Amino acid sequence: MSAQTKMEENTSIPLDFDPKILCIACNWCTYAGADLAGTSRIQYPTNVRILRVMCTGRVHPTFVLKAFKMGVDGVLISGCHYGDCHYQVGNKKAERRVLLLQNVLKELGIEPERLRFETISASEGIKFADVVTQMVDEIKKLGPNPVTSVGEGG
Amino acid sequence: MSQDVLIIGGGISGIQAALDLGDQGFHVYLVERTPSIGGRMSQLDKTFPTLDCSACILTPKMVDVGSHPNIELMTYSEVKEVSGKAGNFKVKVLKKPRYVNIDMCVGCGTCASKCPMKIPSEFDSGLSKRSAIYVPFPQAVPLKYTIDADHCLYLTRGVCGLCEQVCPASAIDFNQEEEVVELDIGAIIVATGFDPYDPSTETVYGYQRFPNVITGLEFERLINASGPTHGHMERPSDQELPKRVAFVQCVGSRNEKIGNPYCSRVCCMYAIKNAILMKEHYPDTDISIFYIDIRAFGKGFEEFYNRAEEEFDIKFIKGRVSEIQEDPNTNNLFLKAFNTITGTLLHAEADLAVLSVGLRPPAGHENLAKMLDIPLSNNGFFAESDLKYSPVTTTKDGIFIAGVAQGPKDIPDSVAQASGAASAAAVFLAKVKVGE
Repeated sequence: MSAQTKMEENTSIPLDFDPKILCIACNWCTYAGADLAGTSRIQYPTNVRILRVMCTGRVHPTFVLKAFKMGVDGVLISGCHYGDCHYQVGNKKAERRVLLLQNVLKELGIEPERLRFETISASEGIKFADVVTQMVDEIKKLGPNPVTSVGEGG
Repeated sequence: MSQDVLIIGGGISGIQAALDLGDQGFHVYLVERTPSIGGRMSQLDKTFPTLDCSACILTPKMVDVGSHPNIELMTYSEVKEVSGKAGNFKVKVLKKPRYVNIDMCVGCGTCASKCPMKIPSEFDSGLSKRSAIYVPFPQAVPLKYTIDADHCLYLTRGVCGLCEQVCPASAIDFNQEEEVVELDIGAIIVATGFDPYDPSTETVYGYQRFPNVITGLEFERLINASGPTHGHMERPSDQELPKRVAFVQCVGSRNEKIGNPYCSRVCCMYAIKNAILMKEHYPDTDISIFYIDIRAFGKGFEEFYNRAEEEFDIKFIKGRVSEIQEDPNTNNLFLKAFNTITGTLLHAEADLAVLSVGLRPPAGHENLAKMLDIPLSNNGFFAESDLKYSPVTTTKDGIFIAGVAQGPKDIPDSVAQASGAASAAAVFLAKVKVGE
């Protein structure tokens, strides 16, 4: 994409665009980290909806595709740090899937940056807030999910 | 006869035992004297030898306990009287006043932000401040505020009362009083844990005289992402990153002079773990560990020790530190130790010294032993009926012990023993039922 078309596209972002982000968090690390961010009263954008799974290794690629089809603007999958996974290597599997899935998204016309993988531990409430804030900023620059803005979502 | 179980102590051992018994259908009362369950493990950053984040293991378990239909949490409460016999104990539990109605408190924290008092936080080993109305740490279970009656301006001097004015849930109740609850209990599990050894009693280490001498627990808080420095290691004297860190082993352990002849079993491994964490955060740090013997006896421990030496280039010096001195201008420290391998007297300079303090029986241990009528071992921890084949039963029927209450041990051993004690209690209660 040339700089010219990128700019054109950016101007087409509606002013009141408020992205919807799905965060798929693992029960042991990131969900507890998000909980810590909340109980420590760390501020972060309200655009994120958290879905708890026992392990990020449980996240099937169709979860992500369906989420995009239903109209979310970004998906954040976040698990334990490497070596910390409570099911040994679930987070590694999830990361590998995300890398492959990003290619699939590109084919489908969805920017791969809309899907992100992170490792956030239960004591990293601040990191959780930072990652979410960053992601919301990035998605705001990208604009609404092209799937829903073109045709009917869901 | 009662089928209910009382667990004294809400640390990882008490939590594990409560979950095991609760899942089997027993009604469990979990009594904890501080405002939240979680115990010492909640203060730790990572756990050895896997470097798992401590909170990632503990907090989901704490939440499970808090929402378990068979577990009744009694936090900020203490056991005051135990009478009767196995299967039929009458236990009086004193509920200390929180001055906050826990059914109404939503944990919003407005009160704490308005409270004018600033007191050293017990959870952060005094490295940060908390208000007089507080939760010990953000992930506390239950997430309900408590007023510290010793420091609250309203309760000590009758002024202030700001929290009452700002509380949106009207949960503050300064008229709350102590309440004694009487329970019918079938079996008791004691999981009272430990207090870290206080090294200020030994002047050679200069703890509390020299700002850059800290304990292992303080190090845990400093390196923790949710700790007072958000995980950036700063030495207390000038908030600079220490370049040379010395770990001093066997402080308050294996020392007959101070009456602790026993090995605390966790210090070698937590020092190695902390050294590795420091290296992972700041690879340029020069780290020495001064030890008598490295006791890496558990599963995966020896490998962990070898990794520290080979992969992380941590120096191990066999020699007990005999004295720590301070340069008053730079606050740097000089450690004197006799290297028993080379046979030389060693003088080492360090920016930060971390004392690997041992485990001591917690305050009030003797009282509890008298109340329960069970003996203590020589080292002050509760005595088991037989060290080898009944490590979880006591000399009194229906009373079981788990975790560090029985003697120093690490998290895996504490959890294993807690499950053992829970199972022994369940077997005992099954026999009581058959005998009825």
